Amino acid sequence: MDDARIARRGVGPRLWLAGGWLLLALLAAILAPLVAPQDPLAQDLMLERLPPFWLDGTEPGYWLGTDSLGRDLLSRLIFGGRIAFIVAFAAAIAACLVGSVLGLIAGYFGGWADRIISRIVDIWMAFPPVLFAILLVAVLGTGLSSVIIAIAVIDWTRFCRVIRAEAMGQSRMDYVENARIAGYGRIGIMLREVLPNVVPSIVALLSLEMGIAVIVEAILSFVNLSISTDDPTWGGIIAEGRLSIHQAWWVLVFPLITLILTVLSFSQFGEALKARFDPVLR
Amino acid sequence: MAEPLISVRGLKVALPDMTRKPLIGRAPLAEILKGLDFDLPKGSVTGIVGESGSGKSTLGRALVRLIEPSAGSISFEGRDISHLSEAELRPLRRDLQMIFQDPMSSLNPRRTIFSIIAAPLKQNGLGDNLKTRVAEALQRVGLPQNFAGRYRHQLSGGQRQRVGIARALALSPKFVLADEIVSGLDVSTQAQILTLLEKLAAEMGLTVAFISHDLSVIRRLCQQVIVMREGRIVEASATDALFDSPKDAYTRDLISAIPLPEIDPAWLGTLAMTKASA
Amino acid sequence: MSAACLDIRSLSAVLPNGQRVLRSVSLSVQPGEVRALVGESGAGKTMIGKAVLGVLPPSVRIAEGDMLLEGEDLGQLQPKARRTLIGARTALIPQDPLTALNPSRRIGPQMTDRLVRILGWSDERADNRIRQLLDEVQIRDPERVLKSYPHELSGGMRQRVLIAAAFAAEPRLIVADEPTTALDVTVQKQILRLIAQLQRDHGTAILFVTHDLGVVAKISQRVSVLYAGKVVEEAETAALFAAPQHPYTRALMAATPRYTDPLASLRPVDDAVLAGLAAEIAAADQAWRRPHG
Repeated sequence: MDDARIARRGVGPRLWLAGGWLLLALLAAILAPLVAPQDPLAQDLMLERLPPFWLDGTEPGYWLGTDSLGRDLLSRLIFGGRIAFIVAFAAAIAACLVGSVLGLIAGYFGGWADRIISRIVDIWMAFPPVLFAILLVAVLGTGLSSVIIAIAVIDWTRFCRVIRAEAMGQSRMDYVENARIAGYGRIGIMLREVLPNVVPSIVALLSLEMGIAVIVEAILSFVNLSISTDDPTWGGIIAEGRLSIHQAWWVLVFPLITLILTVLSFSQFGEALKARFDPVLR
Repeated sequence: MAEPLISVRGLKVALPDMTRKPLIGRAPLAEILKGLDFDLPKGSVTGIVGESGSGKSTLGRALVRLIEPSAGSISFEGRDISHLSEAELRPLRRDLQMIFQDPMSSLNPRRTIFSIIAAPLKQNGLGDNLKTRVAEALQRVGLPQNFAGRYRHQLSGGQRQRVGIARALALSPKFVLADEIVSGLDVSTQAQILTLLEKLAAEMGLTVAFISHDLSVIRRLCQQVIVMREGRIVEASATDALFDSPKDAYTRDLISAIPLPEIDPAWLGTLAMTKASA
Repeated sequence: MSAACLDIRSLSAVLPNGQRVLRSVSLSVQPGEVRALVGESGAGKTMIGKAVLGVLPPSVRIAEGDMLLEGEDLGQLQPKARRTLIGARTALIPQDPLTALNPSRRIGPQMTDRLVRILGWSDERADNRIRQLLDEVQIRDPERVLKSYPHELSGGMRQRVLIAAAFAAEPRLIVADEPTTALDVTVQKQILRLIAQLQRDHGTAILFVTHDLGVVAKISQRVSVLYAGKVVEEAETAALFAAPQHPYTRALMAATPRYTDPLASLRPVDDAVLAGLAAEIAAADQAWRRPHG
């Protein structure tokens, strides 16, 4: 129990820092019309390539500067966050549902169910994920829902593999056997005895997957395969920033920092949550 | 002797042998139990003793029908249960309970002690008065009532095993299988758990199959003993008779191999005087 | 009496939170004797073995006390010199013979490795030595065993291999950490017999860690009874079983099952005994804390 207490103490700052950033970014995205200082789409060639606030030649209200069309970078990042979070939540939850259910069935029931599901996962994982996503979006057509479907279709295997292994370990526990002695059916045992013990892993994976979804969405936007080019997306902004890196480095650097912080926070948040719930009971 | 609660005839169990599983295809079956015949008289405590590989744990799991025999019969109150389906077994589960070796692994880490003890009650139509029933179960095994809200990691090894007993006995079963229930515990805790089981078995008139590798414990607790080796019964008799005049050579070996806590210079045998230090 | 093979003087070890896991433990192992350390889980018996071998977990710190191996103070040596000394003069017989062997290497190289790499023996000398020891632990077909992987041997065979490996370099002291706990009783008897035989033939001192008073009675000449990291009683083994002095020792003996006397054995430990122990520990801690802050 001493070990658990030590582990928990170490978890604190990680959980709060990562969670704090995510909360901030999420609130900004939800309240974007209220908090964004400018209209993210408003072009003003008089204000093109304004530098961030601490440099010379800035305009008040344009904190992080503007891009080559004179659009406010901070506002574009805030609005881009909306799409990032929508994709993160929707795609990760979809991948999680499909993967966890199949993983639970494969791991707990074993036998034929396991053999079939595991073979599908093996084949699935042989596809290069990003190319697979580009291909899917090309087939489904661009748009928010296509991006979400593409990410879920690719990444359910991540959940499936991990949850299958954990459920398999659980199914060898005596309390699972005891539930049979108590008269529970197999589905009942799976939901009652196995599922609660794999939830911490599901939570950690879910958070990690949200970070991955943000990256994949950025990649798709970067190659112009995400949603309509009008709406600002982090990947889209990065793609534009790349073109003017020598004149306006901030257009590339700020979205990159935003992206990295968000992805890192998702993975750290998930790990910290898992660590917080796990050692106490193990 | 009392009439048998459980009667085993020609029992064979074969399980897949994963060590000989070919790369493709099914693992071949290995016969773990090779034809067993015995009775468990009503209200008796029967010791099942053997070393690793004897099949004693497999026998236990067959008795509570966690595994299906490949041949022979297991009769419970005169009814053959050896090939009943999971659904047909469900109404019988209440009467066939089990206490596990490892109290850590037998308690779900994410459930409170209350929920662990209540689950079999709910599942077997005893969901009314849950609070009272769980309280009784805890009291029966000598655990304080406030333990109901705790988790397994907040309990000591002996307390966990008490919960295991409370859960098995909450249903007032007719038969209880105790599989090496004290082998992971310290001697002082071991003594507490065994005296508790001894007392409860007598009070509730339970029929118990007590699987153990420790003949000393079996002598204290059991009225009759079944000695197993490599899937067969080598000797079965009343406890005192077994210890006073063991018939089989293997039984004699087992008894004489126990290191008693007393000085006995002859126990190790005469050490050879030959080898000199290199 | 000649210099002790191992002399532990007032050894205290603490966890990061300041809690003591070893409480001023003093004990000595004379050359060629089997010294038993007996106690229940959490008694610190394995911790003492680890301290001697210099493999305490990183979270455990030695706060006080000395350990002398054949008169050399381990605490005074530089880490490297200490490792070399411990490596040359001690060996371990572990509890679990399966995890103590690398599953992906054959037995032969695993046994000779230590002799060749650490002690600088020639391959041939090491090989001969191992064969001689395998003969001493009564392994009939050494060729097959040397070529086997650990999982191909039975538990008893693996433990024989580890005993042979422990004695191979002629250590002065062997720490045997519950070496028979994972074994069946009939195998346990054979292994205890082997350890006794080799111990006598080689004149090796053994620190024998166990939870089983029965094993203590059969194998050791002297014994220390531990509770919560404190030695509560120390005696010649024969004297301890004839007349145990400490109430805890008596309670432990009454709790140990005995088929020869089923009704008198398996007595639960009296609460008064445990309360007495708690008081004893608390008093010892208080006395210790005064000079140590």
